[in-house]
Amino acid sequence: MDVLFGNLGEFLTRFGGTIGLFVCSAIASLILGVILAAMRVSPVPAMRATGTVYVTLLRNTPLTLVLFFFALGFTKLFFYLPFFLLAVIGLSLYTAAFVCETVRGGISTVSEGQAEAARALGFGFTQTLTLVVLPQAVRSVMPPLTSVQIALLKNTTVAAGFSVFEAGGFYRAVNERGGSTLVALLWVALGFIVLVIPLTVLQRRLEKRWSVAR
Amino acid sequence: MSDQSAPGAASSSAPMVRMAGVNKNFGDLHVLKDIDLEVARGEVVVVLGPSGSGKSTLCRAINRLEPIDGGTVEIDGTPLPEEGKDLAKLRADVGMVFQQFNLFAHLTILDNVVLAPTRVRGVSKAEAQERAHALLDRVGIAEQAQKYPAQLSGGQQQRVAIARALAMEPKVMLFDEPTSALDPEMVGEVIEVMAGLAKDGMTMVVVTHEMGFARRAAHRVVFMADGEIVEDTTPDSFFSRPATERARDFLGKILTH
Repeated sequence: MDVLFGNLGEFLTRFGGTIGLFVCSAIASLILGVILAAMRVSPVPAMRATGTVYVTLLRNTPLTLVLFFFALGFTKLFFYLPFFLLAVIGLSLYTAAFVCETVRGGISTVSEGQAEAARALGFGFTQTLTLVVLPQAVRSVMPPLTSVQIALLKNTTVAAGFSVFEAGGFYRAVNERGGSTLVALLWVALGFIVLVIPLTVLQRRLEKRWSVAR
Repeated sequence: MSDQSAPGAASSSAPMVRMAGVNKNFGDLHVLKDIDLEVARGEVVVVLGPSGSGKSTLCRAINRLEPIDGGTVEIDGTPLPEEGKDLAKLRADVGMVFQQFNLFAHLTILDNVVLAPTRVRGVSKAEAQERAHALLDRVGIAEQAQKYPAQLSGGQQQRVAIARALAMEPKVMLFDEPTSALDPEMVGEVIEVMAGLAKDGMTMVVVTHEMGFARRAAHRVVFMADGEIVEDTTPDSFFSRPATERARDFLGKILTH
């Protein structure tokens, strides 16, 4: 308990950092992931190819490497950005590949007839996708999509590797002050478990609300 | 009753639907062979034929849901363009009812009917809702407006699908086996709505196995076999004096069981 309460301020600020990283990256990755999924089912070959290359590159690269690229390479190659923002970009780009594949899986569960009915009513490709197919696709993949986002939440600890102030670095701060690293890590683990609960609750709520429509 | 002439057929210059030399292959299978078909304004054409005769493909080729390999399709004098914005615009004028209903599963009945008029035609939401309620009332689903498609019976879903198509105020309605996925006791309610439409002068192309509807509401019967139009005549003469062996064979199978 001393490890936690002696460093409570540190603990809370760091988890604040984690939540900040997570919320920003979650929103960005969901938006980008859905756009990528749309590209991968687009009738335009160049769009499909771009989506495929993106997913292949980002999904197959270890997250640590992606984040190190942004931490070390980005500022050198382009321009200065704060580490927090670089971490958000790295996490979002990486997670978007997984969101894309999950949503694409959802698209394939929507029957062809839904898109045909939309086209027959005069909707173009984009409207058919955004008004009819994607809403149903996302509903059908709520559980795996939540898992992707939970993975993102935990992946934020990798950002500790380049001095973003977040929960994964808590044990080091405790260690420097002479506290037990092991106990600190246990508190961090507990913190993550608590953070995941609202996500799971949200998933169940949405599933329940949408179940009637399926 | 079946040999009435199509209202307005003589006065209009261009036919509502015109197919000329339409060909379509699925791999080696030649499903549509040089199809020529004209449907006049206000005319109700029923397409009959054994399964695999290409009648569904013909119906779907009219609004190019099924891409064709050759020939032309015109709606109200305008040739159907390639896939894209112009085709979408033309499709908006062609209502379509599917065998599997295909109501949008994530939307309420009301929103199913409201979606296309607001998003494609730019009708205001209030106006679209008012019209949707009137249409749902017309097809007898007024009380179910806030439910989701999965909560309705097949017959009710199909009637909503008809209302959804009518909400776009189409020039012509295509029915692709609208009663084939229904339990027998629900066929009547859908046929009733379709007969009402026919009576109101809607131009209709109906692919169906419901001989009762063909006799009662059709101006013309088109009989297809192996991708070709084999007979094109009035319901009366088709049912009482089929001209070809294939039609006699088909009618024999359908009417004697």
